[in-house]
Amino acid sequence: MCGIVGLYLKNKALESKLGELFTPMLIAMTERGPDSAGFAVYGDEVEQDTIKFTLLHESMDYDWGQLADQMAAGLDTQVDWFQNSNVAVFKVKADAASVTDYLAAHAADIKVLSAGKSIEILKEVGLPEKITKKFNLAGMKGSHIIGHTRMATESAVTMQGSHPFSTGEDLCLVHNGSLSNHNRLREELKREGVVFATENDSEVAAGYLTWRLQQGDSLTQALQSALKTLDGFYTFTIGTRNGFAVVRDPIACKPAVMAETDDYVAMASEYQALSTLPGIENARVWEPEPEKIYIWERD
Amino acid sequence: MKTVNLSEVSIRELNQALHDQKAQCTEETWTVLEPKGQHNIACGLDQTLSVDIHGHAGYYCAGMNQKANVTIHGNAGQGVAENMMSGVVRVKGDASQSAGATAHGGLLVVEGNAGARCGISMKGVDIVVKGDVGHMSCFMGQAGNLVVCGDAGDALGDSLYEVKIYVKGSVKSLGADCIEKEMRSEHLAELTDLLKRAGIDEDPTQFKRYGSARGLYNFKVDNASAY
Repeated sequence: MCGIVGLYLKNKALESKLGELFTPMLIAMTERGPDSAGFAVYGDEVEQDTIKFTLLHESMDYDWGQLADQMAAGLDTQVDWFQNSNVAVFKVKADAASVTDYLAAHAADIKVLSAGKSIEILKEVGLPEKITKKFNLAGMKGSHIIGHTRMATESAVTMQGSHPFSTGEDLCLVHNGSLSNHNRLREELKREGVVFATENDSEVAAGYLTWRLQQGDSLTQALQSALKTLDGFYTFTIGTRNGFAVVRDPIACKPAVMAETDDYVAMASEYQALSTLPGIENARVWEPEPEKIYIWERD
Repeated sequence: MKTVNLSEVSIRELNQALHDQKAQCTEETWTVLEPKGQHNIACGLDQTLSVDIHGHAGYYCAGMNQKANVTIHGNAGQGVAENMMSGVVRVKGDASQSAGATAHGGLLVVEGNAGARCGISMKGVDIVVKGDVGHMSCFMGQAGNLVVCGDAGDALGDSLYEVKIYVKGSVKSLGADCIEKEMRSEHLAELTDLLKRAGIDEDPTQFKRYGSARGLYNFKVDNASAY
């Protein structure tokens, strides 16, 4: 089943309230996905010469300060960091590949949840409400956010199978549905250099978009190609550094509803998740059409 | 008039109160506030009640309705009035997919647009949509009427049995075994009556009629090699 939700702020004055607005949206989709939940929040953008990593360690007592010091020395650069539960956000004055290589060589027990200029992904097994509290979602700021509540069908209830999936810098995807050609497509994308961490079908969709964007496609072009290539049923919500998109497969059997006001654009699997947004009573509320790409991007 | 606020009362309590009216009708007029997209609002009614829901409803609103007159002053989620037997269900906004699915009787009016699979497997209901309907509408429709004042999406009336479909706007494509048919005087009279009952002001002469070519009713030996 699964529930997906997204919120993109048009009014910058609301950015300090992003997490507060989004928390009830994610919790409202508990019935559709009680197994695990996660979200990707975009904001707190780093400088051009810096890369931001969201890192996870199983232990709450992990010494992130020591890792940051070692990484700063090892890469001969500056590392700023903060901890949120058993996750840490590292801001490193280096390129993404150097940080990835350093972590692989020196901290193999660390799991990378996201990398980019703006994105931070937080996800965990358990009820959505538990996860929002654990990471204090309500206190988070940013420009846009997408989230997922999972009812596992295709793979086990694990951290690895939890959404959102990120396969490239600042790109993230949440999926309600099931893909049928993901195995072959994963192999093709691996040959193109896309790296996958799981056997999950949704990660392949994220990987496909990453690859198309690397080839120079705009987000719209990448999604047009995805509509032709991905076989199965899906409603996707996609986040990029400056954009937010929603697309449904041609049959459109997986639900989606959208709402737009002067302040925001929101999407959810069900209207219940939108009902707590300010001004929703007078918002334009509609069901996105199959095969139509809905996209909002900041300059 | 009885007013029920769904932020204070559960769906189960509301529906039970409405069902209790079957044995003895003590309150005919009901107003439901703050539905907030919850599912199964006013399902399984079996009394001549009038229920007004103010706000957007979730899935299966007014499903299995008998006799009651239910109006949703907002949008309705999937499967509004599914399996309705009689009565009237009116959606003032848009309806999501599978509106009026498998419904046997009564009248469903959607004043906005209806999504995909509107009237799927309908079995006698009359559905009037003021706006457009999505793809695969009236799939395997068996009996009743579907009136579309706007446009119809892909594969309208696929594998149709005996539903009469009236469309004013364009039809993106017809499904298997669905064809355009002649609009005779009895059809004009029927359509005029349907529009009147739905309270929609449209000129019936502007509509085209579609129905089953009845080519799928019997197995054709010419197709044996396909199996």
